[in-house]
Amino acid sequence: MIRRLVGIIGLSVVASHALAADPVEIGVGYLGQAGINSKLSLVEQPSENDGIAGARLAIEDNNTTGKFLNQRFTLEEVRVRDGEDVAKAATALAGRNGFIIADLPADALLKAADALRGSKTVLLNAGSIDDRLREQDCRANVIHVAPTRSMLADALAQYLVWKQWKRWLLVVGSHEADKLYADALRRAAARFGAKIVGERVFEDTGGARRTDSGVTLIQRQMPVFTQQAPAYDVLVAADESEVFASYLPYRTWDARPVAGSAGLVPTSWDAAQDQWGAIQMQNRFIKLNSRRMTARDMQAWTAARMVGEATSRTNSGDPKSVFDFLKSPDFSVAAFKGQRLTLRDWNLQLRQPILLVDGRMVVSVSPQEGFLHQHSELDTLGVDRPETKCKLN
Amino acid sequence: MWRRCLLSGMAVWLAAATPASAFIAYVSNEKSNTVSVIDTDKWTVTNTIKVGQRPRGIEFTRNGKFVLVAVGDDDKIELIDTATQQVVDSLPSGPDPELFTQDAAGKLLYVANENDNTVTVVDLENRVRVGDIQVGVEPEGMALSPDGKILINTSETTNMAHFIDTATRQIVANVLVDARPRFAEFKRDNSEVWVSSEIGGTVSIIDPVKRTITGKINFSIPGLRSEAIQPVGISITKDGKTGFVALGPANRVAVVDATTHAVTKYLLVGQRVWHMAFTPDEKYLLVTNGVSNDVSVIDVSAQKVIKTIQVGELPWGITFAQP
Repeated sequence: MIRRLVGIIGLSVVASHALAADPVEIGVGYLGQAGINSKLSLVEQPSENDGIAGARLAIEDNNTTGKFLNQRFTLEEVRVRDGEDVAKAATALAGRNGFIIADLPADALLKAADALRGSKTVLLNAGSIDDRLREQDCRANVIHVAPTRSMLADALAQYLVWKQWKRWLLVVGSHEADKLYADALRRAAARFGAKIVGERVFEDTGGARRTDSGVTLIQRQMPVFTQQAPAYDVLVAADESEVFASYLPYRTWDARPVAGSAGLVPTSWDAAQDQWGAIQMQNRFIKLNSRRMTARDMQAWTAARMVGEATSRTNSGDPKSVFDFLKSPDFSVAAFKGQRLTLRDWNLQLRQPILLVDGRMVVSVSPQEGFLHQHSELDTLGVDRPETKCKLN
Repeated sequence: MWRRCLLSGMAVWLAAATPASAFIAYVSNEKSNTVSVIDTDKWTVTNTIKVGQRPRGIEFTRNGKFVLVAVGDDDKIELIDTATQQVVDSLPSGPDPELFTQDAAGKLLYVANENDNTVTVVDLENRVRVGDIQVGVEPEGMALSPDGKILINTSETTNMAHFIDTATRQIVANVLVDARPRFAEFKRDNSEVWVSSEIGGTVSIIDPVKRTITGKINFSIPGLRSEAIQPVGISITKDGKTGFVALGPANRVAVVDATTHAVTKYLLVGQRVWHMAFTPDEKYLLVTNGVSNDVSVIDVSAQKVIKTIQVGELPWGITFAQP
């Protein structure tokens, strides 16, 4: 479909503008995993094309611009299955594409990055939120478009503190990612003046996410699980593994709001975001993909748009010139977040406002007013330059 | 009903009572789906007109008989009869019309359709759509050259000012500007066209003949983070000497020496300032403040804000009747 569209655009350029030179081809690869991670809520179940659907839209947008600049963008998708060699897949993809949007877990991303070390191809991380990829494990050939866990946690903490919900009951899942998110939330609480008054672990004992008498059982479990807590203002759940957090709202023993992995959720994007011209993009996305846009879609859109933005500014398809421009202070990209997004030069993380959403509406956008910073208020979110452990190269 | 009677009664009374020197401004209120009518003699709102959903771009027709207002969520442009101050008809446009401009004769209207990557051409007399021009992603700003030969359209995600030949309706040049270009304004002598970039934070000065950028206006306000400086609306005085640029959430209007392109002053206005219009005698400049729900009145020669007028929710566009 995309290829056909690109073809049509290419033809119309030749026909209407009678350009002498062939368009400059800019190949963008998309390296993801096969399969999807299940969600507790049926309405949040990701589609098969979660992520790449956003890249497809950005490639269309880039090609609309590209027809005026004689540039043509292509997108090549590769999925690796469990046990398949991601380094090999990345190397093959890099042979044909100067840019690869990666939607991979941290370890796989590092393998891909190390395999491409010394090659011209640039990786854009649109999937992994692990802080270590931007800190001790940072790589000079990876740009991070996805926000970090600490950025998400800080965005939530700023709002909860602004709201004067400063006493948190932290409930943590038993998987590794849940624990990392809990670490980020503890750090955020300490930074912005919230207090974790109690902590509980929700053990994943296995079992199906969807059962026929699910609600009855959950209604018995959740109030009991949350009773006898110290006085708290908000329950903050760290459950990236989708085991329990969505069961908490309206079922806590005390009448308290839920935030974190359910209730008020920090995210890079939401289908409800309509400010700052976002409605046009949401409409374009729905028209192209027949579904609503997720955070992963937006991260991939932004990654592909960053490539498009830099190629139009440099008037070049050469990955090195484009990468140099992306790393320069002149680079910024518009992504419907109310302000320009730029890269942190110390670890190549994209600065970005974080939305706080409840599944139906955008409740707020962080950084919150009053959280100040000497360089950019966006750097109040996540690990800042003085604390970084990243050494590029 | 009672309110409408009262308001329209008031309007009639005011129309009769106001001296001839007063001007009338129409302000679109994006959130409240209304248009506020402002009388510049008393600096008050004399009427509030119910329109379609999400009114933004607003302009008087050349003959002064109608006010055109783009109601984006209804995918059309409504006509307000200025005699009765009521919506009487609508024009077809593409999906989600936002800004538009008309030719000197008042016969053709060029509409930017944000949702569709097109500029729609509408015959104003027959009120029909007569053509479409494919442009970049999210077309927004629209301006016609003083001789009417070139139409400028800015596209927000493509980041270009497209130069369109109005005779052939073909794009003849594209000028890459900074991120999210929102508005274009020509000098009357066709020596320059200014394009504001909301996210880029600059105004590009383009030579309309060479079709290249010859300079950029940069803004810097002490104590304000640069991301908050988001240029949108632009007005340039008829003599081409002074420009005014609305800076969005920076809550200021920049006064620019239009010869040197240096900012000479920042005027503090309301929150998220969008668009602006001069009174026909150019004594005053009225600017819409999107978040504070008001309009600031700037005394042009004194370069001072002299008044604030409360209007509807999220005021966006503004236009004046020519005397």
